[in-house]
Amino acid sequence: MRITTSIFKRELGGYFATPVAYVFLFFFLVLTGVFTFYIGGFYEREQADLQPFFAFHPWLYLFLIPAISMRLWAEERKSGTIELLMTQPISMTQAVCGKFLAAWCFTAIALALTVPTWITAVYLGNPDNGVIVAGYIGSLLMAGACLAVGACISAITRNQVIAFVATVFVLLGFVLSGFPVVLDWVSGWAPEVLTDTVASFSFLTHFNDITRGVIDVRDVVFFGSLIGCFLVANAIIIDLKKAA
Amino acid sequence: MIEIRNLSKAFGDLIAVDDISFSVQKGEVLGFLGPNGAGKSTTMKMLTGFLDPSAGSARVCGHEVGTEPIEVKRRIGYLPEGAPLYADMTPQGFLEFIAEVRGIPASERAARLAEVVEKVHIGGVLHQRIETLSKGFKRRVGLAQAILHDPEVLILDEPTDGLDPNQKHEVRALISEMAKDKVIVLSTHILEEVDAVCTRAIIISNGRLLFDGTPAELKARSPEGRLDDVFREITTGGAAPDLATAEAPSPDTVTAS
Repeated sequence: MRITTSIFKRELGGYFATPVAYVFLFFFLVLTGVFTFYIGGFYEREQADLQPFFAFHPWLYLFLIPAISMRLWAEERKSGTIELLMTQPISMTQAVCGKFLAAWCFTAIALALTVPTWITAVYLGNPDNGVIVAGYIGSLLMAGACLAVGACISAITRNQVIAFVATVFVLLGFVLSGFPVVLDWVSGWAPEVLTDTVASFSFLTHFNDITRGVIDVRDVVFFGSLIGCFLVANAIIIDLKKAA
Repeated sequence: MIEIRNLSKAFGDLIAVDDISFSVQKGEVLGFLGPNGAGKSTTMKMLTGFLDPSAGSARVCGHEVGTEPIEVKRRIGYLPEGAPLYADMTPQGFLEFIAEVRGIPASERAARLAEVVEKVHIGGVLHQRIETLSKGFKRRVGLAQAILHDPEVLILDEPTDGLDPNQKHEVRALISEMAKDKVIVLSTHILEEVDAVCTRAIIISNGRLLFDGTPAELKARSPEGRLDDVFREITTGGAAPDLATAEAPSPDTVTAS
C-alpha cells in the first residue's frame, strides 16, 4: 500500500509537473462546455438535467483518455526509467495499480471541475440530483475502463504516438461495438451468440444505462471487470517484455 | 554474495550473454570490461532482475533473482546504463520518491538524504528540474539513488561515463570508500579505471567470459604492462583459449555473435 501510494503520488505529480495537465484540463472543460451548451442544446431543451453533458462523454473520452494513458508506460520505456522503476523492490501489481490509479484520479479531477455545469442546472431548474450523481459515477467508471485499455496498450510500445492512435482505435471498437459498423464485421460469419457478446461490450449501452439514473450491478461489474482484465493484461505484457 | 551460474540471454537469434559464471565476494570491486555490445549491460540487467535470463541463474545475498526478486532488489543499489531519471522531477523529489519506495522510515529519510547529497555533491541543484541538469549532475543523482538505502550490493553500469576528469576522480574515490563493506560490480570502457578502483577484472566479448583475474594479472599479459594491448588482444579474438582462466567457459557453444 505504501509503495502503491508512492508510485501513485509520483505519477500524478508527473501530470502536473508539465503543462500537459493544464492543457488537458483546459480542453476537457472547453469541450464539455461546447458539447453541452451548443451541440447538446442544453438551453433549448428547457429541461433541467445533464443529459446533453453526459451524452458526449464517450466521444470525448475516445480522444482525450488516450492522451492521458499513452505516457504511462511508453514514456518510461523510451526514457529508460522503466529499468529504474522495475529494479526497485516493488511488485508488478504495485507498479501497475499505482500508475493506473494516478491516471484515474487525474480524470476524476477533470470531472470534478465540471461541477459548475451541474450548478448551472440546479440554478436554472430543479434537476434530479440522483440521476446526475449516477451520471458522474458512470462517467468515472467508463473513464477507468478506457484508461485501463490505454495503459495496457502503452505497455506494448515505447512510442507514445503509436500508443495514442492504437488506443483510440481500440476504444472506438468498444464504443461502437453495439453498432452495425462493428457488428457487421462479426455477424456475417459468427454465430449469434458471439454477435450478441460483441454487442454487449458496447460502452455506449452500459454508460447510457447508468446515466438514466439506474446504477445496475451488471454495468458496474462490466466496467469493473474490464478494468481488472486490462490491468492484468498490462502486467503480463510488462512481464513478457522482461523475458523477451 | 553474488553468484552467477551459467547465465545466458538470447534476443531472438542474437546471443547477448553466453553461459557466463562467476561469483563476487564482499569487499571486492569487480570491473566488468568489454567492447560495446559485449553483453555487460545485459548481464547487469539480469543480475538486477530487470531481464529474465534465457538460461542459468543468479543469486544475490543468498536470494535467487528468479524466485525472490523483491528480496534481491532490496539489497541492490543499481545505476542503469545512461543513468535514466524522471526528467520532470527535482533531485529532491526524486530521491524522496526512491526513499519512500525503498521503505526508508520517514524519521530517517531527511538525514539519509542529506548524507547522500553530501556524498555526491548535488546540494546546489536539489531543487532544479532534472532535465535542466548537466550530464555530470544527472549521473550523480543516479548514483545518489543507487546508494540511498546503503545497499549491500552496488551494481553500476558505466558510473563515470560522461563525467569530466575531476568528477571521475570523485566518483572513483566514492566507490573506493564504499568498497570495504559492500560488493561492487561496475562496468566501464576505461581501462585505467579498472586499475584505479577494481580489485578484480572480468572481460567479456560477444557474450562470453574471456578473462577473470586481478588487474595486475591482466597487465602481466602484456610485455609492456599496458592494459589497452591486453584488452585488444583478448577481445578481438587474438586471445587463445588458454588465455582465459579456468573459470571461463569452453568456446564450443557459440552459435551467433
